[in-house]
Amino acid sequence: MAEDVRADKMLIFDRSRRGRAAYAQLLPETGESPAIPDHLLRKTPPALPEVSELDAVRHYTRLSQQNYSIDTQFYPLGSCTMKYNPKVCHNLASLPGFLNIHPLGLERAGQGILACLYELQEILGEITGMAGVSLACAAGAQGEFAGVAMIRAYHRLRDDLARTEMLVPDAAHGTNPASASMGGFRVREVATDSDGNVDVAALEQAVGPQTAGIMLTNPSTLGVFDQHIQAIADIVHRAGGLLYYDGANLNAIAGKVRPGDMGFDVIHLNLHKTFSTPHGGGGPGAGPVGVNDKLLPFLPLPVVVKDGLRYRMLTETERPHSIGHLVTFAGNIGVLLRAYVYVRVLGYEGLKRVAEFSTLNANYLLKKLIEAGFEPAFSQRRAAHEFIITLKRLAKERHVTALDFAKRLLDYGVHAPTVYFPLLIPECLLIEPTETESKETLDAFAQAMAAILKEAETAPDRLKNAPHSLPVRRLDEVRAARQPDLAYKSE
Amino acid sequence: MPFVPHTEDDIREMLATLGAASIEALFDEIPAELRCGALDLPPALKEMEVARLMHARAGQNRPLLCFAGAGAYEHHIPAAVWAVVSRGEFYSAYTPYQAEASQGTLQVLYEYQSMMASLTAMDVSNASLYDGATSLAEAVLMAVRTNRKSHSRRILMPKTVHPFYRRVVETIVGSQALELIELPYDAKIGRIDPGSLELHSGTDIAALVIPQVNFFGILEAVDELTDWASANGAVAIALVNPIALALLKPPGEWGKSGADIACGEGQPLGIPLSGGGPYFGFLCCRKAHLHQLPGRLVGRTVDVDGKPGFTLTLQAREQHIRRGRATSNICTNQGLMVTAATIYMALLGPEGLRRVALQSHQNTLGLMSGLAAIDGVERVFSGPFFHEAVFRTRRPTQKVMDGLAERGILGGYELTREYPELGEAILVCVTETRTQEDIEAYVREVKSLVSHG
Amino acid sequence: MSRLPDDLKYAKTHEWAKPEEDGNVRVGISDYAQEQLGDVVYVELPDVGRRVKAGEACAVVESVKAASDIYSPVSGEIVEVNGALSDAPEAINQNAYAAWLFCVKADDLSELNTLLDAEAYKAGAETD
Repeated sequence: MAEDVRADKMLIFDRSRRGRAAYAQLLPETGESPAIPDHLLRKTPPALPEVSELDAVRHYTRLSQQNYSIDTQFYPLGSCTMKYNPKVCHNLASLPGFLNIHPLGLERAGQGILACLYELQEILGEITGMAGVSLACAAGAQGEFAGVAMIRAYHRLRDDLARTEMLVPDAAHGTNPASASMGGFRVREVATDSDGNVDVAALEQAVGPQTAGIMLTNPSTLGVFDQHIQAIADIVHRAGGLLYYDGANLNAIAGKVRPGDMGFDVIHLNLHKTFSTPHGGGGPGAGPVGVNDKLLPFLPLPVVVKDGLRYRMLTETERPHSIGHLVTFAGNIGVLLRAYVYVRVLGYEGLKRVAEFSTLNANYLLKKLIEAGFEPAFSQRRAAHEFIITLKRLAKERHVTALDFAKRLLDYGVHAPTVYFPLLIPECLLIEPTETESKETLDAFAQAMAAILKEAETAPDRLKNAPHSLPVRRLDEVRAARQPDLAYKSE
Repeated sequence: MPFVPHTEDDIREMLATLGAASIEALFDEIPAELRCGALDLPPALKEMEVARLMHARAGQNRPLLCFAGAGAYEHHIPAAVWAVVSRGEFYSAYTPYQAEASQGTLQVLYEYQSMMASLTAMDVSNASLYDGATSLAEAVLMAVRTNRKSHSRRILMPKTVHPFYRRVVETIVGSQALELIELPYDAKIGRIDPGSLELHSGTDIAALVIPQVNFFGILEAVDELTDWASANGAVAIALVNPIALALLKPPGEWGKSGADIACGEGQPLGIPLSGGGPYFGFLCCRKAHLHQLPGRLVGRTVDVDGKPGFTLTLQAREQHIRRGRATSNICTNQGLMVTAATIYMALLGPEGLRRVALQSHQNTLGLMSGLAAIDGVERVFSGPFFHEAVFRTRRPTQKVMDGLAERGILGGYELTREYPELGEAILVCVTETRTQEDIEAYVREVKSLVSHG
Repeated sequence: MSRLPDDLKYAKTHEWAKPEEDGNVRVGISDYAQEQLGDVVYVELPDVGRRVKAGEACAVVESVKAASDIYSPVSGEIVEVNGALSDAPEAINQNAYAAWLFCVKADDLSELNTLLDAEAYKAGAETD
């Protein structure tokens, strides 16, 4: 039987042939031995594939075609802000004048890059209402860690060593308590009330001299704006704690509300969310942090400053209380440049429209889904830029879960929404359309959801066994975990 | 309205569906006093205008001939790498949580894991971390978690580890009550002084970090160091350069039983210098420590029809499930960079990578021999080096670097701040991208700078 | 509802405890707990010889979707762990009461009195 030659059927290693190579890449053999003692040299070559350039290009191109992506599919993933990643950002950030600069030559030879970074710091500070910004965190989780570390440094500098607890709402994203723990704090969860707001009474009980701070996002992970934010800020500040803002949901309020004005002392932003930098199949991101005057001395380094006409980076001597460096060099410059291009294209009006149209899209879609028979988690609330529908009734009656729903959506050419987060709402779908989607896309999505709902009632197996039309069907995750096969081994 | 597709008709229809008078009405739950007015931001630009701006900014950056390493290395990146990686299906794809819709990314990550495991001669690799320094921090935290025999949380951190890495590790592990103990180096050879280890023999040490190649470019005595760690109940953490591993003995083969964990910076594998990021860090380990490995992991399995497929696995260790008790708070991996590295390694293959390593090594040998022949210039360390080395001149390093820059050369990294004991020393790197002419130009310029002083 | 042997004691955190003749207490997780967790893929057990306090987390049971801390119901020294679980963690799903995790030499057996009996545990779990 003829072998299936399609690339998606094989690993790159299966295509390997001894002696084959991408000859245009192969440097000439010099025949000289290295000036390195023999016992430090490698004896057997690494098991890297030996393929031609066309083999490699064809293989990886075919693999890309097995992915869902924003460029090809609608991605209503709640809390991820899967908006269009403008090509102009990629093109301009990839100019050779930016790509070829060595990190140790930034001040000497990278003034153009530093100018963009400096202006980005200023712009992000203005958008968030913060006095100072550092761009040197590689991802949101690093930004969170920096925020937590700055709060810790602040209290220690004041000799207040009793502040060992960080408050986190029970609806928070998992990185929040994880970052707090990594920062050396004990995590204390605060309950959410039935309106989706932090339970203020519970918060009053939870604060005390042990409170270092609270980590919040607003709008919250439940897709609603916490209307008590000013009261919350008061309670925590009066107890001597600080407020940390998780910027994951900034898309809902960009240009309309500033975290600094809500009482937050420190924030992090996810450039790969609100600021449209690409997700790249899992990264890279960037998680800049912003602080008010209280925390300026603690900002992670480097921070870019302007000295007359030249840009340079602050040193440890100038910022002795900085929490330090979180990455080797100055941060994810390539990502930062993309975000810079984006905000320059948007301006204030464009930024305001991000909040307006992401909110319009979310509320519209929520209405359409309710009309189609879905149950919202918070029927009395306006959606922010995302909302939750719960399938718990369906799950109970038809034994069809939110996961089954999500898998069936894949057959309709839509990437599933976020499933099972936040953990508080059973069998939930967290849906965030973003502002870059058109009304037709939203209508088509609502229709697909309605069709699946009908199927759930008449032919639930279609959901339980979904997806049917993708390169693979449901995968055995138990086997993947029990018998881990994490690396190819040639026979 | 850039990137927002709504027409006036769309807006009208949508508001009608909502029964809302205006888009502003949708914000009525937000207290009025929290609303900000107009922000002081630069005015919006059309694509043509922002292109003009960025071309000007890129033009402001001076393309210096690169002889700097110190954690970021200029290697030739085949055109095919970024042509394929820039495809929208890779570029704009999300984290592969919905496995059936992400088989492309997942298979790339599996192939990446396989290549890194083999390159380091370890059993398992994760799907990457942020960069080399953070992967070292994660390796240190992992060593403390896995070393059940040790209670001390004391880590031996040689001074020959990149100073920027050491400060990142301090920042990240500082709040977790770990003690980083500095190990001195032998000033003649330029590597860890084995005598300094004797001081710690018999004490409770959780882990020993072994850089290969070290910050000075010098090769360490990895077998002895690994065996010491093993004999002392310490976890051996190898901090390695992936291109060097095509030529050098991999961590899995160090000493009698190999290192336990291997980590390092993946940037040399097809990632442009880009001012310092985004890069990616790799982390590999022995099978026994698999459940303590932070970051994402891709596993091969089968679907309900028995067809092979890939999925994220062992996720219960990660933040979105374990939350406060997670192995790390890490959420993203550097997916796009790893895709590039995988394609790079596929294009280079074992022999191509070896030749890049060898050419870089030989170019550096050539440069150092040229420099050592200059009166007033000397090679600082006697130990064998890979593709970086340290030289010292009778002129202040700043003068040498400034002079070289004026002549269009990025001369290296001045060691005077972190290693003042070495005098006016510069760390220089030559990769396969430098030609004979480039190397001769460097030597010529240094000679001219040193003799006029 | 899930199986709930009468002769065992239960913790609110879903461990079962069985006192044995030699003053040891054998510990595992309840049938309800394994149902909630789903297919168990990995078990992390404490070292033999480790001292634990009542209520201290000393083991982890990992499934595809969750990782649960297991708390020792009594204070004492770990004297035995169920090594068979490293090759066959699914034994916990098959029979949660046969697939014990670890055994503690208890300092003070009266600590068992603070645990729940089958009825009380069932009532508590149902309101979860």
